[in-house]
Parts: sequence; C-alpha cells; structure tokens
Amino acid sequence: MSSAFLIVFAIVFAALAIRAKRLLTSALWLAGVSALLSVVFYLYGARQVAVIELSVGAGLVTVLFVFAISLAGEDAIGARSIVPKWLAWGLAILLVLLLGWFTLLPPANPINQSGSDLALATMLWQERGLDVLVQVVLIFSGVLGLLGLLAEAKPPLEGPAAAEVAAVRDRDMRALEERTLGKQEEKK
Amino acid sequence: MNLSPLSIAIVGVVGLLGVGLYGLLVCRNLIKIVIALQILVKAALLGLVAAGDASGQINLGQSLAITVIVADTVVAVMGIAFGVQIRRHLGTLDLQALSKLRG
Repeated sequence: MSSAFLIVFAIVFAALAIRAKRLLTSALWLAGVSALLSVVFYLYGARQVAVIELSVGAGLVTVLFVFAISLAGEDAIGARSIVPKWLAWGLAILLVLLLGWFTLLPPANPINQSGSDLALATMLWQERGLDVLVQVVLIFSGVLGLLGLLAEAKPPLEGPAAAEVAAVRDRDMRALEERTLGKQEEKK
Repeated sequence: MNLSPLSIAIVGVVGLLGVGLYGLLVCRNLIKIVIALQILVKAALLGLVAAGDASGQINLGQSLAITVIVADTVVAVMGIAFGVQIRRHLGTLDLQALSKLRG
C-alpha cells in the first residue's frame, strides 16, 4: 500500500514540475519524482534499476539540468502556450481515460506467470547482449554529441600572433606566385 | 477496495503519462519540454518494472528498464546541450520565437 502513496506523490511532484514558474524549481521537483519512483522500483523488487534510477535520474540528470539552467538562464516561462490550455487538458484527460480503460479492466488473456526468470547478469549479457552493445554505442555518441555541442568556437587571433600568421601567409602567397610566374616564363 | 500492485502501478503510469503529455503540449521553454519528456519516460519505466513484477520476470523488466534509462539520459543530455547552444546563439529558449526564425 505504501507504493500507492509514493506513486500518488510522484504524480503530484510531476504536476508541480510542469506548473513551476522557475526552471530550477522544476528540475528539483523532477529529481523528487525520480527519487520517489526509485523507492517504488525497490518495493517492486527491481533493486538494480532502483539504484540506477536514483543515481542517474535523481543525481546526474538533475546536476545537468542545474548546470544548463545556470548557463542558459531563465526566460519565457510565463508566456502563453502555443496549444490552448483547454485543448491540452482535454487531450491529457482523453489519454488518461483511454489508457485507464484499456489497462485497468480485467484482461481477456490473464498474465502468464510461468516464464522462468534468469539472473540479471545473464539476462543483460546473454539474452539481451545486443541491447547492451547498442547502449554502449549510444553512450559514446551521446558523449561525442555533447562535446561537439558544448565546444566553444575559437576566438579570432589578436595582436602579435595575428600579425605573425598574416606575415607567414603573405610570404607563402608570394612564393607561390613567383613559382607560378617562373613556370610560365620557362614555357615561353 | 484492494488494488493489486499491478493496478496501482498502472494508475501511476497513466497519471504520469497524462502529466507529461500536458507538459509537452503547454510548455514553450525548451528545457521545460525536456523535463516533460523525462516525466513521460519515467512513466514507461514504471510500466516496465510493474509488468516484470506481475509476470514473474522482474529481471527481464529490469534489463529493459536499464536500456530505457540509458537512452533517456542521452536524450536529456542532448536536449539540454541543444538548449544551451540555442540560447547562446539566438538569445532565447522560447519555441514560438524559434519557429519564427528564417534563414
């Protein structure tokens, strides 16, 4: 029953994250959702996922959000939404009703509980090895993408360094011109 | 009324999906949209874990949930990085202003 309270609080925290006026507050409410859900995962027996969710969802992602908000600043929070609010409410309620209708009613085919459960390591490395490979590729591409996106553009050279580069460039251009003119004269 | 653990989790999944969809539709700030996406993915995670628990194959649910967590984190990181760069170059995070840009 405690999982029911935790889930209700998680939904409330998620709503507060969406309704918050400041981005920082919003990110902190999201961390709260992650922390509550990790406890729920633990209660459901998914202990490894609970630990990962707590460290990644409530820790790493929150730190990234706070870092990004400190870099980007806060704006356009109070602006009117593109989709009218009544339409957004209607669509969200429709989704909730439809999903509730199809999932909470007794299923025609009862859930089969006879499947054998393997250990998590066996499941991850043998049964779902391809998934793990894809995850590794995904992490690498994510890191490369992040480095590419956050790399600062190099500022133009100034002062003596710029003059030196210009002098070298002029010298090379002159040498190239002389060589080209020399070849043309030889042909004549 | 005695709800089963699966029913409780489904209520959570549906509630979180509703909140996430509402946020996705209403928010105009890029970073807030990433936050709404995170809420949607957390609903999917809860669904996977609850389904694993109900079917007696919790480790299958866990392995799928770990895959989703990795993908979701990469999406969040890329979304945040895009937001920071867009703010740095264009001076705004407002979707309405960004959609009016030409060039």
